[in-house]
Amino acid sequence: MAVKDYIRERFFPHIWCAGCGHGIILNGLIRAIDKLQIPKSDIVMVSGIGCSARIAGYLDFHTLHTLHGRALAFATGVKLSRPELNVIVPMGDGDALAIGGNHFIHAARRNINITAIVMNNRIYGMTGGQFSPLSGYGTLASTAPYTNVDQTFDVVALAAAAGATFVARSTAYHVQQVTEILQEAILHNGFSVVEIMSQCPTYFGRKNRQGDAVDMLKTMQKITTPIGSKAKEQNPELIERGVFVRRELPEYCAAYDNVIQRAKEGK
Amino acid sequence: MSQNIRFVQGNEACVEGALYAGLNFFAGYPITPSTEIAELLSSLLPKFGGKFIQMEDEIASMCAIIGASLTGCKVMTATSGPGFSLKQEALGYAVMAEIPCVIVNVQRGGPSTGIPTHVHQGDVNQARWGTHGDHAIVALTASNHQDVFAMTVEAFNIAETYRTPVILLFDEVVGHMREPLVLPEPGEIPIVDRLRTSVKQGVNYHPYLAREDGRLPMSDFGGVHRYNVTGLYHDMWGFPSDEPRVIHELLRHLMDKIENRTNELARFKEFYTEDAECLLISYGSSARSAREVVEKQRQRGERFGLLELQTIWPFPYDLVRQKAAGARIIVVVEMNTGQLCQSVRLAVDRPERVFLANRVDGVFISPEDIRKTLRLIQGKGV
Repeated sequence: MAVKDYIRERFFPHIWCAGCGHGIILNGLIRAIDKLQIPKSDIVMVSGIGCSARIAGYLDFHTLHTLHGRALAFATGVKLSRPELNVIVPMGDGDALAIGGNHFIHAARRNINITAIVMNNRIYGMTGGQFSPLSGYGTLASTAPYTNVDQTFDVVALAAAAGATFVARSTAYHVQQVTEILQEAILHNGFSVVEIMSQCPTYFGRKNRQGDAVDMLKTMQKITTPIGSKAKEQNPELIERGVFVRRELPEYCAAYDNVIQRAKEGK
Repeated sequence: MSQNIRFVQGNEACVEGALYAGLNFFAGYPITPSTEIAELLSSLLPKFGGKFIQMEDEIASMCAIIGASLTGCKVMTATSGPGFSLKQEALGYAVMAEIPCVIVNVQRGGPSTGIPTHVHQGDVNQARWGTHGDHAIVALTASNHQDVFAMTVEAFNIAETYRTPVILLFDEVVGHMREPLVLPEPGEIPIVDRLRTSVKQGVNYHPYLAREDGRLPMSDFGGVHRYNVTGLYHDMWGFPSDEPRVIHELLRHLMDKIENRTNELARFKEFYTEDAECLLISYGSSARSAREVVEKQRQRGERFGLLELQTIWPFPYDLVRQKAAGARIIVVVEMNTGQLCQSVRLAVDRPERVFLANRVDGVFISPEDIRKTLRLIQGKGV
């Protein structure tokens, strides 16, 4: 299908600023779903609150725009009640890991077959540029005028430690890789986490003097490297891209089906 | 009449009522004094192919049932005061997005962690106004296990009929006390399933476009109609809107669909109200003591009556005004500092007739407690 067959044109133009990375991620996501040829009615997209969360409304799936941080909790109800549906949960960094941090680690621990996407632009964009748990030490934000003294999370390490069975990272610059990784994440039978670094030129870029959207995309190219690359050995500061975790553990809905079986047999 | 009589806790009667009504998805979090509901459902639901999940917190369990309701399940969660506070955010979402769901609150003493193992009825106003913003809500109560069962079925029926969250406001005494429950036969109590759209595949389905009778037929997530659901003000497509007309009409719709049906939704029981000079008004477990007082006073030839409210919200103003019209004294019996008493005062003519008989120390209000207050009101001293 054409990309436009996946979007609800009625609701465009979208609300994102010019240069925002979220549109690139939307594009990569649509292409991943198209390559997998999943029927639109088999997809439920659940999002929270923030710039990232608006992605759901623009897509022609079953879409559930929920509460700040709670998308994975709603999605768990959707998935457990109808395990045959593909549940995809795009979230922002503050959405997923500040207010939604508890739901994030527990969804990962449960290994429920949901694809969680963290669209990480390191800032609260919709409310005007406050620092998020992923802004990082020393950054500037509208609530960190003297530089941020909050340490950051490593989304990949956090997701892996919490029990996610597929964990990957890419960037809005590497949109081909985003498409490939999202395909694998959606097919993965378990909880998958894909962190996609995204640019917010309006707030993060402006406050931290990172230039315009193009400059920020070029920065993503410069500061990242494929997992296990030589460049990483030479420069440990580089952020690795690729699939970090692929492992098999009992998937939650399948495990619960066994519970139903045992309950019916009285065991 | 069923011969299936069980000797159960109120929490178990609630579980039986929920299963009778067709519950097939429950999400919860352990909390005293409602935990038995989750424990029992973890055992019973999978036997019928239903789903039980213990979530990471109260917030998540409220969110999970909303997600499951959208796929077409009949859903419930159960909690007590502190958990009820945490659920308010997502409860408001269910109001706004019009998601059928049932929330059980087995009340304990508050505020805060309060007194987990003792009875209070302090969440009456939180049930009404706990979540932010203007909204309407339905809250039901019960004073005995047969009524717990019946009101639980009612809660599901109302939730599915009007696409609304319904709160079951039980209390620790009803939840933990044991007494007989006669299980109705299948079909003995009518069960309502949600109205589903008849719009065919390929034809535009507007999830938030009301029919002429005001009802909004649903389409299950995973079905042929793909649409958006949001907690933002939204248009007939379910898409966010900041148009003043859209906002006004949606808020009016959310209020009116419940409040215009206040009389229809009013469930109550009455004992000797026709000629009562002294009318007691109560609900939940405290109505048991009120009933005892009324029976004893009647035996002595005194014209006492009891109006037991089973629907607390929307508050049945008309009903209370009518039933209280002939009474010289109206005594509201409840285990809080007068939360429902406020509404009764608003409802009746000559509100100076309204008195409060209460107990707020975590001890169940006894008939003697009520009689003491009556003696004071009547100028007889204690």
